[in-house]
Amino acid sequence: MAGAAAPFALFAAAQAAPAWPVKTVAARAAEALPDHPWTAVLYMALAFAGLGALVAVLGMGLIYLERKIAARFQCRLGPMRVGPHGIFQTVADTFKLLFKEDIVPARADKTLHLLAPFLALSSTALMLGVIPYSPILQISDVNIGVLYIAAVSGLGVMGILLGGWSSYNKWSLIGAMRGAAQIISYEVSATLALLVVVMFAGTLSLSGIVASQAEGWWIWRAPVVGGIAFLIYLTASTAEINRTPFDIPEGESELTAGFHTEYSGLRFAFFFLAEFINMFVAAALTATLFLGGWMPFHIGGANAFNAVMDLVPPGVWFLGKTAFVVFVIMWFRWTFPRLRVDQLMRLEWKLLLPIGFANLALGALAVLYDLYFFPGA
Amino acid sequence: MTVTVKTLNDIIAPPGAAASALATEEYFINMGPQHPIAHGSLRLVVRLDGETVREVIPVPGYVHRGLEKMAEHLSWRQIIHLTDRMDYLSALMNNWAVARTIEQAAGLATNPRIETIRTLMAELQRLQSHVLWWGVLGMDLGAFTPFLYGFREREVIGEIFEETIGARLTMNYIQPGGLMDDIHPDFVRKTKQVLAYLKPKIDEYDTLLSGNVILQERLRNIGVLPAARAIALGCTGPVLRASGVPYDLRKCEPYGVYAQADFDVPVGAKGDCWDRYCVRIEEMRQSIRIVEQLIDGIPDGPHATVKFGARIKVPEGIHYGQIETARGILGVTIAADGKSDAPYRLRLRSPNFSNLWAVTELARGWRIADIIAIQSTLDLVVPDIDR
Repeated sequence: MAGAAAPFALFAAAQAAPAWPVKTVAARAAEALPDHPWTAVLYMALAFAGLGALVAVLGMGLIYLERKIAARFQCRLGPMRVGPHGIFQTVADTFKLLFKEDIVPARADKTLHLLAPFLALSSTALMLGVIPYSPILQISDVNIGVLYIAAVSGLGVMGILLGGWSSYNKWSLIGAMRGAAQIISYEVSATLALLVVVMFAGTLSLSGIVASQAEGWWIWRAPVVGGIAFLIYLTASTAEINRTPFDIPEGESELTAGFHTEYSGLRFAFFFLAEFINMFVAAALTATLFLGGWMPFHIGGANAFNAVMDLVPPGVWFLGKTAFVVFVIMWFRWTFPRLRVDQLMRLEWKLLLPIGFANLALGALAVLYDLYFFPGA
Repeated sequence: MTVTVKTLNDIIAPPGAAASALATEEYFINMGPQHPIAHGSLRLVVRLDGETVREVIPVPGYVHRGLEKMAEHLSWRQIIHLTDRMDYLSALMNNWAVARTIEQAAGLATNPRIETIRTLMAELQRLQSHVLWWGVLGMDLGAFTPFLYGFREREVIGEIFEETIGARLTMNYIQPGGLMDDIHPDFVRKTKQVLAYLKPKIDEYDTLLSGNVILQERLRNIGVLPAARAIALGCTGPVLRASGVPYDLRKCEPYGVYAQADFDVPVGAKGDCWDRYCVRIEEMRQSIRIVEQLIDGIPDGPHATVKFGARIKVPEGIHYGQIETARGILGVTIAADGKSDAPYRLRLRSPNFSNLWAVTELARGWRIADIIAIQSTLDLVVPDIDR
């Protein structure tokens, strides 16, 4: 079948002559393993340490950023006292949370209560490992990267569900149930939007998807279909990470603090951190799938233009795009009111899902008949 | 009047409660007294079936200070400051309600200057109260930014009050037979400045929140209060007017100098949350209109017709007076024995107490989140419920 062959041909082309040679940390370790086993171990240790540092830096940075951006929206200054322009405010808050009493409700299920925040954080940290930050900076390039992301991001709901369930508090329970219903529902739409890109790119590997955008980002290279998939994915992932206008599991004015009502100190900090890392992951994935990841802005065939774009290093492209999506998600939060729980479900099952399916079918047709820019490039 | 006291035990297992197809179990949850929606300390006991509200039982009384009893031991002039502590967002209007009742009972005359300043202050405070309500509504519905915008505009009006009165919240300004102090020389200029600043801000409110599809989804057709029920529940103010009853004391029984001002009374069509929202937004514009018309024509004269040391003699009998505050009608009933310097009994009919019970009818059958929207559009101030 010509239609089925086209995407694979594209994939082969992308693999045959990569403009940017991709080398992951895992690949380096595997290369070093036969001759220098300790170098391989060092690479893996570096990867783990890097991930840990990334979580900490992202947490601090994004929380500071969110406060400053919120302050901008609200005509105030935000943190200004701790350090110049309050840059150490988050550090101070971290210490405060570290020293806070860790309260576990008397009738809570202790094991699950203690486990939940770690589950929430670890599921997001697992996703950081496969994101291609730049051609030379990616910890592991799993050949089923998209599937892995879809699976692991679903794990995050366990943290919310267990946290709310084990707290022995009705507010927490309502929040947890809302969270579970919401995340599971929106995962369907998010996956449908992912599939559109997978069809066009012809690969499930995240670095493969980035490489397939060397002629142009999928948001515009797949006409209309790419744009719709981008909007669906952005909406659905905002819902998956429980950010306003979909923050109903937390629903401050309704459920006091939703699923983490009974958490304090470090465990609360873990939930909080998970929320921000989740936001980064959602933004990074949106950038990777639809905005070319680390791939500079290329137009197929316009080689002079592309060469100019290549002057900006890929890591900067990735960071810039991710930062933009993060800003958009924060913008949502400081502008929109919150949806009601049944309206949220209606939006997903009656609006996003049918559009997602139609979009997927359209995308399949576009791939089959090469109805996109620079097919076969 | 008979009151049937219903305890929770009466409701836990209502006889013949229809079993749901999913065999769900109903449960109770306490919203408040410590809850972000409590806006103070109101407690709502909510009977829920999943997310669906079966019943809301308000339990007021957490900020009861016995103001009415305290008033029996204070002189006529001293009871004014207690009213600041009821609906603290309409402190001046509360002052005015009591002062006016005492004036009517004791036959004290005021002059046009006093009445004009009172009207101006009352309208500025109505504006201030509604601006804050708008911000808090945004926060209740999950948008935090309007909250800070609301407070920003509230501050600007607060500065006018501070300049003249010296206080920002509990002002104790309007006295029987006059005002505590004359207006600050800068009052007129500053008020005009503030109005010029506020007018575009209210349009900004529309662009930020009113036009938002999520907000409209959250408010339209939610918590419909028909006119007949609104009257039966004793609702007043914007809540009553949103149900389509054009009853505004400023128009129906004009006091102060409202008769001189040209303004409209906004009325809703069906009494849902959206109507209550729109009525208040429009009332802000009308308040600005009233202040604009009066601000240039403040007559000359003394700011008090009665010396502050003078003893006020209220004749024996029961006297009633009422005023339209930002939340509805505040009625003051004074029973005086004609001899003592204090009321024999003071009874305050506060608008929030009556408006509160609308929650019990409006929220039934809706979701948890709708209680928030309904309560927020009823615009309750809890210390006014408990007094």
